[in-house]
Amino acid sequence: MTVSKAETLPIRSGGDVVRVRQRVRALAVEIGLGLVDQTKIVTAASELARNTLDYGGGGDVRAEIVQNGARKGLRLTFEDTGPGIADIEQAMTDHYTSGGGLGLGLGGAKRLSNEFHIASTPGMGTRVTIARWK
Amino acid sequence: MERIPILKLGGVLIVTIQVDMHDHLALALEEDLTAMIVRTGARGVLIEISALEIVDSFIGRMLVSIAAIARVLDAETVVAGMRPAVAITLVELGLELTGIRTALNVERGMALIQARLSEEDGHGSDRDGLES
Repeated sequence: MTVSKAETLPIRSGGDVVRVRQRVRALAVEIGLGLVDQTKIVTAASELARNTLDYGGGGDVRAEIVQNGARKGLRLTFEDTGPGIADIEQAMTDHYTSGGGLGLGLGGAKRLSNEFHIASTPGMGTRVTIARWK
Repeated sequence: MERIPILKLGGVLIVTIQVDMHDHLALALEEDLTAMIVRTGARGVLIEISALEIVDSFIGRMLVSIAAIARVLDAETVVAGMRPAVAITLVELGLELTGIRTALNVERGMALIQARLSEEDGHGSDRDGLES
């Protein structure tokens, strides 16, 4: 798999979450994702960016256009240095929330993506990677 | 501060969301709508979202919250004009718009609210009839 384009965006405010959405939309259009797939990856990005901000205390997202043979995809890696998640399985459950939200962020983002990977160390932070392929 | 305008048409408040929602805007809209329901005695709130490119759980939570507050103040909320791609994504995300009625467009949304209002007026006169 090769990376043909990469950029990093900060997630430090609600305004940054909006900018992440707009940038992810532009990249999804660039690789030729259809309207429904665009909407799915932008929505997943919005959920994860908000998690990074609300639970991770801010962080950033690396957006990459990746190529696997003839297939193009958009890969997003959200990273924070917040409190981390002790029980990932529980955090993935719908309606689990530690911050008064609906608790759909992680599980919802996974359902909206073709690939989903999460790594977290309590006290060190959390990294979530999603990808959507054309 | 940036705010979303609220229009009043008869007993219905109409809001068209045409900007990318963020925290402050969502909170301001909730406050403005609440104040305006009380001030005008509106019985219906119509939120038009055809310009929204996504509805994530943040926006979903805002809509659910507005509908709950409106209900406590005796007004019904209808969300109209959701894009097809947004509807598909919303279902996959697992977001349930609890307590919110939805309509395909503004016209149907208004009809829904009007139907509810006239139905209630009808019940009101029945009750009057029994009491007399």
